[in-house]
Amino acid sequence: MDFANYDPAGARRSREIISAKIVVAGGFGVGKTTLVGAISEITPLTTEALMTAAGVGIDDPSKVPGKETTTVAMDFGRITMAQDLILYLFGTPGQTRFWFMWDEIIRGAVGAAVLVDTRRITDAFAPLDYFENRNLPYVVALNRFDDAPHYELEEVREALAIPPDVPLVSCDARHRESVKQVLVTVVEHAMLRLQAEHGRGFPTPVG
Amino acid sequence: MEPRRDPRGALVRPYAVTRGRTEPLQNIALEAVLSCTPTQVAEARFAGHDKYRIASVCEGRAQSLAEIAAYTRMPLGVTRVLVADMVAEGLLTLHTAAPPEGFEERMNLLGRVLSGLREL
Repeated sequence: MDFANYDPAGARRSREIISAKIVVAGGFGVGKTTLVGAISEITPLTTEALMTAAGVGIDDPSKVPGKETTTVAMDFGRITMAQDLILYLFGTPGQTRFWFMWDEIIRGAVGAAVLVDTRRITDAFAPLDYFENRNLPYVVALNRFDDAPHYELEEVREALAIPPDVPLVSCDARHRESVKQVLVTVVEHAMLRLQAEHGRGFPTPVG
Repeated sequence: MEPRRDPRGALVRPYAVTRGRTEPLQNIALEAVLSCTPTQVAEARFAGHDKYRIASVCEGRAQSLAEIAAYTRMPLGVTRVLVADMVAEGLLTLHTAAPPEGFEERMNLLGRVLSGLREL
C-alpha cells in the first residue's frame, strides 16, 4: 500500500509530509540491517557517502588515516505510517572509524536503539560510549542469536555499565513483532525524556 | 556504473554532475521528504539528465533525500547539492526541512509515530 502517493489534483496545495527517524546503532555484523529489513516496507536501501577532501563540513577525511577517499555505506528502511507521516530507520556504519558519520545520521532523530550481540559484548562499548555523550534518547537491545550464550538482562546491564534510566530489552532482529517492540520502546523512552526535560524547564510540570 | 579504481576518479566524476560544487544551497536532512508533481517532472526534463532522474524517482511517491541517493546510485553529497538546487528552482517540493521545535509539536509527532508503530 502506498500512503505517500502524491495526489496530482492536490498538486502544490498538498499537505506537508513529516518524516521521523530512528537510528539503529551497534558494532559490525550485529544485525542492524536485519532489524531494519524485518520491519521496513521496502528492502533496505543503501546510500553511499563519499569521504573526500571535497566533503569537508559534512565528512571529515582527516579521521580516516591513510586514505584520501573512501565510501561509507549506510542502510536504511522506510515505514509509511500515514499520507503525511513517514518513519525512516537508519543503520549506522558498523566500522568504528566511520563514527564521524554518526553525527549526521543522528541529527534530528527521535531516538536510537543500540544493538548488542552477547557473543561479542565488548563491541558494544564504543557505540554505547558514543550515545552516552550525546543528547539523544537511546535504548539497548540484546539481539538473541541462536548460538549465543544466555545472559540475564541485568547481567548485561552491569557488564556494559548501562545507566539505570536507559531501557534494556531483548529481541530477535529477524522478527517483525520483536523489532516493533524495540522501536516502541525507543519512542516511549523518547517521550518520557522529553516530558521530563519539559517538566524541569517549568515550575509546574504539565501532564 | 564502472568500477572506481582510481580514487581521484571517484572524486572527480561524481561532483562533475554538480559542476564541481560540493556545498548545497541548503543542508537537507537525510530523512527530509521531497515530492514532485507531474508538471514538475515535465519541467525537470529540460534541467539535465541527473535532475530528471531525481524528479522521476519522486513522481507519484514522496521520497527522502537518502532514498533519492539510493535509487539514483549517486553519492549522498552529490545528491544533496542537486536536490537543493531543484528545490530552489521549483522542480521539487521539500516537505520537512527540520524536526519540530516546540514541546507540544514534538510530543504530538512522537505520539503519532508510537501509534503508527503499534498499528503495524
